[in-house]
Amino acid sequence: MNPSQTDIAQPMPPVIEVDNVTTAFGGHVIHRNLSLVVHRDEVVALIGGSGSGKTTLLRLLLGLEVPQAGSVKIFGHPLGRCSACDLEHVRYRWGVLFQNGALFSALSVFDNIALPLRELQSVPPDMVGPLVMLKLAQVGLKPEDALKRPAELSGGMVKRVSLARALILDPQLLFLDEPTAGLDPDSAKQFVKLLRKLRQELGLTVVMVTHDVDTLFAVVDRVAVLADQRIIACGPLAEVARLPHTFVRNFFLGHAEHCAEDDVRRFRLSLDDTSDEGGVPALLREEPA
Amino acid sequence: MTDAGALSPTDPPRADSAASAGSTDAEPRLHASGAREWRVSGDWTLLALRGRYEEFRHRIAAAMAEAPDTLWDLRAVSRLDTAGALTLWQGWGQKPPARLLWQPEHVTLFAQFMHTRTPPRPKPGLRPGLARASLSLLAFARHGVDVVALLGRLLLDVGRVLRHPPLIGWREISANVFRTGAQALPITALVGFLVGLTLSYLISKQLKTYGADIFVVNILGLAVLRELGPLLAAIIVAGRSGSSMTAQIGVMRVTQELDALSVMGISHTVRLVLPKVVGLAISLPLVALWTSALMLLGGMTAAGAQLKLDPTQFLHLLPSVVEPVNLWLGWTKSVLFGGLIALLACHFGLRVTPNTESLGQSVTQSVVSAITLVIVVDAVFAVLFSNVGI
Repeated sequence: MNPSQTDIAQPMPPVIEVDNVTTAFGGHVIHRNLSLVVHRDEVVALIGGSGSGKTTLLRLLLGLEVPQAGSVKIFGHPLGRCSACDLEHVRYRWGVLFQNGALFSALSVFDNIALPLRELQSVPPDMVGPLVMLKLAQVGLKPEDALKRPAELSGGMVKRVSLARALILDPQLLFLDEPTAGLDPDSAKQFVKLLRKLRQELGLTVVMVTHDVDTLFAVVDRVAVLADQRIIACGPLAEVARLPHTFVRNFFLGHAEHCAEDDVRRFRLSLDDTSDEGGVPALLREEPA
Repeated sequence: MTDAGALSPTDPPRADSAASAGSTDAEPRLHASGAREWRVSGDWTLLALRGRYEEFRHRIAAAMAEAPDTLWDLRAVSRLDTAGALTLWQGWGQKPPARLLWQPEHVTLFAQFMHTRTPPRPKPGLRPGLARASLSLLAFARHGVDVVALLGRLLLDVGRVLRHPPLIGWREISANVFRTGAQALPITALVGFLVGLTLSYLISKQLKTYGADIFVVNILGLAVLRELGPLLAAIIVAGRSGSSMTAQIGVMRVTQELDALSVMGISHTVRLVLPKVVGLAISLPLVALWTSALMLLGGMTAAGAQLKLDPTQFLHLLPSVVEPVNLWLGWTKSVLFGGLIALLACHFGLRVTPNTESLGQSVTQSVVSAITLVIVVDAVFAVLFSNVGI
């Protein structure tokens, strides 16, 4: 991480500000007075058991659900109450990777990735091609894949294409819903490395929902634990792993003693050793067919 | 463009407090800071450059053309993303300039432009012509073969189901009869009544000029019971229930429910196709009878208003001028139409490939071909039974 960026990050208002949010569906309360703050250039992971409201919280952050009480602010703009112009400001600056990709099945991979660019209507047509092909290479796909339809892709490829689409506008804020779920361990590792690289290059703020302990180790600055209808803890991995809560204890089962800061640092260094070679970004390896 | 720098006078530096949390951009700037020296500053990002890509590319290209050894100073750039870097790169003519000062973070950004990847060209589609016509003919033939194959499988399954009666999905069949029959009553009643009214009004007007008023019963009764009632009911039901059947099976394909049925050893034809075909073959004759009745009611109303023909007289005359065999003919056709509509709907539903476009296409094809085939079969019936009941 560039030290100058972290220095200026402190006085700035947070990228995401969730203030005392209460969500309920038909009398069933999901979040009660939940608050969460995410600062710039930070990678925050949301963990929590099934049905604890992780996905609902993500949908709140994306403005797809409206809370019963409380407010959600992204880049300082309150969602739900801001003007269309403000919302546009927000929407062009975030990228979202949905759990199942949410690729448009009627469009080819190329058109899927190009769609946000074309919607902007200000990027010259002769720039769309190179930009899309760059993102495709960045997520480790071959140029031939550009013409495929989403139905012809494997699960891992769907994730990559979806990530490329989320990144095409070079967003400052990235939401990832279970980015490594359904990937084989090697692909998951490559994905995590890619995320680290992108973060270094673009200065990304990332919010991710994940169950993968390796991902937590590799990229995450802070872990937010969602349980009992609120965030019971939000802090560095080493801190959270020591929490005496049943969910946390089960989640880090057997890992808790390895979560000290030195261990995390060593793990990340071991990742870096194998990633960059010769300054040119190491592309993701192709997954075995 | 010798004086390109003058186009962009050094703008007063904007207070960057607005750029808090990165939700607004500083303006991208490009200006000459000396002889053969250009300073690039501000935010060179996708959103900041909106609508100004061409302008900047032209200015950069012009500066490069003027003096290829110009020094490009990128050190004052506050943010640079792929789109911004590509704008510079394309302005430079797809290669780094001879003299360049940049920030170390930007190296990887420009490095990726080194290996250019051209997007692969999609294979051009066939132009209208003989080749394309023959291909669509082939596709049409394949549909025919597939429908026959589905029918064959259905008949085999019917045989199997009859030997093992517990396999018959009575609940499915009755649900289908309810959905395709009972729920279609209001719409068919409305359409039938209005068509009968219009038809009778026109016929009455013509007959009145010849003084052949009473023949309205013959014409209307024969046309409605033999042709129009079954046809109108079939067309409405094809649009209403055929489309929903195709969509239902199609979505089951998209969500892999069909695969789930397959691995459980449950036959698609027994569980999905058969109840629909049987259900519609039962309900369509009933709907046709209902539609015919409402058409006659509409006709009676119009005849009463136009010709002062008493409804009791109309009803009294009807059985004597229209032979009952016409009613049986209409019913037989309806059973056939019902089976045909359901069979085609299932055929197109099962052919859906897992994407949204294919789903829409299949539903359209299902409805269009069902209506077309119903009319074709009706014409065949008209020819075959031309001397029965008239």
